[in-house]
Amino acid sequence: MDFNFSDEQNMVRDGISRLVREQYDWDTRRAVISSESGWRPEFWAQLAELGMLAAPFSEEDGGFGGGAVETMLIMEEFGKGLVVEPFIPSVVCAGGFLKHAGTAAQKDEYLSAIISGEKVFAFAYAEPQGRYDLANLTTTAKKDGEGYTLSGQKAVVIGAPWASHFVVTARTSGGETDADGVSVFIVAKDAAGVSLRDYATVDGRRASEVYFENVSVPADALIGELDNGLPLIETVVDEATAAVCAEATGAMQVTHAMTLEYARQRKQFGVPISSFQVLQHRMVDMFMEYEQSISMSYLATIKLAEDEATRKHAVSSAKVRIGQSARFVGQSAVQTHGGMGVTDETAVGSYFKRLSIIESEFGSVDHHMRRHIKLTAAA
Amino acid sequence: MNLEFTAEEKAFRDEVRNFIENNYPQNIERAAVQDDMSPEDMTAWHKILGEKGWSVPAWPEQYGGTGWTPTQRYIWSEENARVNAVMPLPFGVAMVGPVIYTFGNEEQKAKHLPGIRSGDVWWCQGYSEPGAGSDLASLKTTAIRDGDDYILNGQKTWTTLAQHADWGFFLCRTDPDAPKPQQGISFILVDMNTPGIEVRPIKLIDGGYEVNEVWLTDVRVPAENLIGEENKGWTYAKFLLAHERSGIAGVARSKRGVEQLKDIAKHEMLDGEPLIKDMGFATKISQLEIDLAALEITELRTLAGEQAGKGPGPESSLLKVKGTEIQQRLTELTLEAVGYYGTPDFRSFPADGSNDFPIGPDYAHSAAPTYFNMRKTSIYGGSNEIQRNIITKMVLGL
Repeated sequence: MDFNFSDEQNMVRDGISRLVREQYDWDTRRAVISSESGWRPEFWAQLAELGMLAAPFSEEDGGFGGGAVETMLIMEEFGKGLVVEPFIPSVVCAGGFLKHAGTAAQKDEYLSAIISGEKVFAFAYAEPQGRYDLANLTTTAKKDGEGYTLSGQKAVVIGAPWASHFVVTARTSGGETDADGVSVFIVAKDAAGVSLRDYATVDGRRASEVYFENVSVPADALIGELDNGLPLIETVVDEATAAVCAEATGAMQVTHAMTLEYARQRKQFGVPISSFQVLQHRMVDMFMEYEQSISMSYLATIKLAEDEATRKHAVSSAKVRIGQSARFVGQSAVQTHGGMGVTDETAVGSYFKRLSIIESEFGSVDHHMRRHIKLTAAA
Repeated sequence: MNLEFTAEEKAFRDEVRNFIENNYPQNIERAAVQDDMSPEDMTAWHKILGEKGWSVPAWPEQYGGTGWTPTQRYIWSEENARVNAVMPLPFGVAMVGPVIYTFGNEEQKAKHLPGIRSGDVWWCQGYSEPGAGSDLASLKTTAIRDGDDYILNGQKTWTTLAQHADWGFFLCRTDPDAPKPQQGISFILVDMNTPGIEVRPIKLIDGGYEVNEVWLTDVRVPAENLIGEENKGWTYAKFLLAHERSGIAGVARSKRGVEQLKDIAKHEMLDGEPLIKDMGFATKISQLEIDLAALEITELRTLAGEQAGKGPGPESSLLKVKGTEIQQRLTELTLEAVGYYGTPDFRSFPADGSNDFPIGPDYAHSAAPTYFNMRKTSIYGGSNEIQRNIITKMVLGL
């Protein structure tokens, strides 16, 4: 039993923590998310320079020999600052696919560029009809000579406006929701037949609807095995889910601290509202939800390396608990802030919105509860 | 015990249903979020009802009320909710109107009540201040008598739709030395075009501009705009708050919301079946309907008490708490139901008018902003914590 982080891990956390504190203050973030591009490529370059984009990769992959714990520590700090840059899509998802299943040539071409920040990936997996089911795919990739032709629509692709490349899930055989017949491809954004409709998201990020119309890709665009991509996708999405859980704990911690601070300084009836027991108990409940969430974030992260059933069970447990806590903490923070909590001018509203979207990111509470039930029934 | 409408009540229902069908303006553009509607669209139905004589049903008949029983008024709001009608805003009709006809003088009644009935005059409420929210009586805005005028100075906040308002009703401190803060407050009507008033919109978390700061700098208001007696404003304010709460349960609107949620859950698919067939999600909808049924009957019992001559009392705090919890729950479930498409911010959609590549179904666009916006309901009109304090004191006697 050891809940301590290594010296190297503490260094990663301290480095990210300082960077977020110094460069991601509230006003800066506000200006960035309302700017035309909606992100800061120079912040991304700085992350690359500090080696943060390399943190979760092995040395032979060009990283620093870290893994899921490093990702967790980074995402927790990103959660504290509501960092919008696409660490999960580019590093955790695309990097994850390449790490697990990329050929030497693919790693050479793409993984090193992800780590250096030269290429930025988005993960195009969700489809309008899909509702968190990773195998529910109408995007098709048909064999075409040596390569493939992709057609279909991907929904709410986070970070797509900033991306140079996509990892795309597509059906290569079988029926619309079959587990078999799913494959994973790398597609350049500037490939002929790719079009985007970009928009902002309600939690301050950018996303796109991405359309593929007879997009030709070469044979070596395929990552992993043809038709047998689902286990790989599930592995990577579980890693991304653990990462977003860690982000939630960071956001919850700041949300809670902000609420305490507000309650201490806000006076009504001649006393700080923090002296009212009904509010004290709510803030105690927020604290307990937050502590339980940290525990579940650790659990999910630690179990990522175990067998499939154990991993899925832990990740879904964490996502359910953290989804529920994110809602409770966000709503309670707004309620305790009163009218200030529903204005765009205060930070708490932005944390509430991010926590609200995290609830359903990579699967809602209901989705993960269903997965948990199925795994329990099958055990 | 009988929950059925009488034959007369059924005939009344048919009459109002028929009137709504034939007269509700079809060209009102419902924005994805209600607060994005144009002021014209927000008052269109009010103006039609004003001409019909149905804009202020709850008022005494001598002031233009319809003389309907509480049950008939309940039927009226149900029938309007059926067509998702944009109802008259409460600030004139439900708030300052009753204060004016109850505590105002004849000149004030003659001057202000017709504009409230017709919908021609837009009212706003100057109550909360940055330092006076739940503790409203600690308000600091001053009104100092100067000859035939008061001079107002201070800042109000959370003033809903003040950007469109012609008139406002303000709580101001007229006696800073009163032994209790409640005793030195006066209720003053203010022409919003008076020099010295500045309205600054506040952007809310859903991206809309629904509330405002109202800054008052040496605003000269004729003393004849004082309602009732100087320093008795708190009494009138409390009267108004009781009125505000009686409509706050929002049962009819929530029923409509449940139907919309069911429609969404019929369109959204899960594992090849409509979402509404999923036991987990269906259970949540049923739970909401059950809670709403309990609220509805509770409201009907309150109405029956009113019909028997009991005014709205502290029980209305129960309606406010439960009503807003249900309204908020509805928005949570709607956001859950729309899945991925709750995330895009529709305010940022490409404005090319192209519908070739829609960004999710239309019903998804308002889900997140509405969820965010409706957090206000457990805060405004006396926060739900304050409502529970009222029940603690006034109902439980603790």
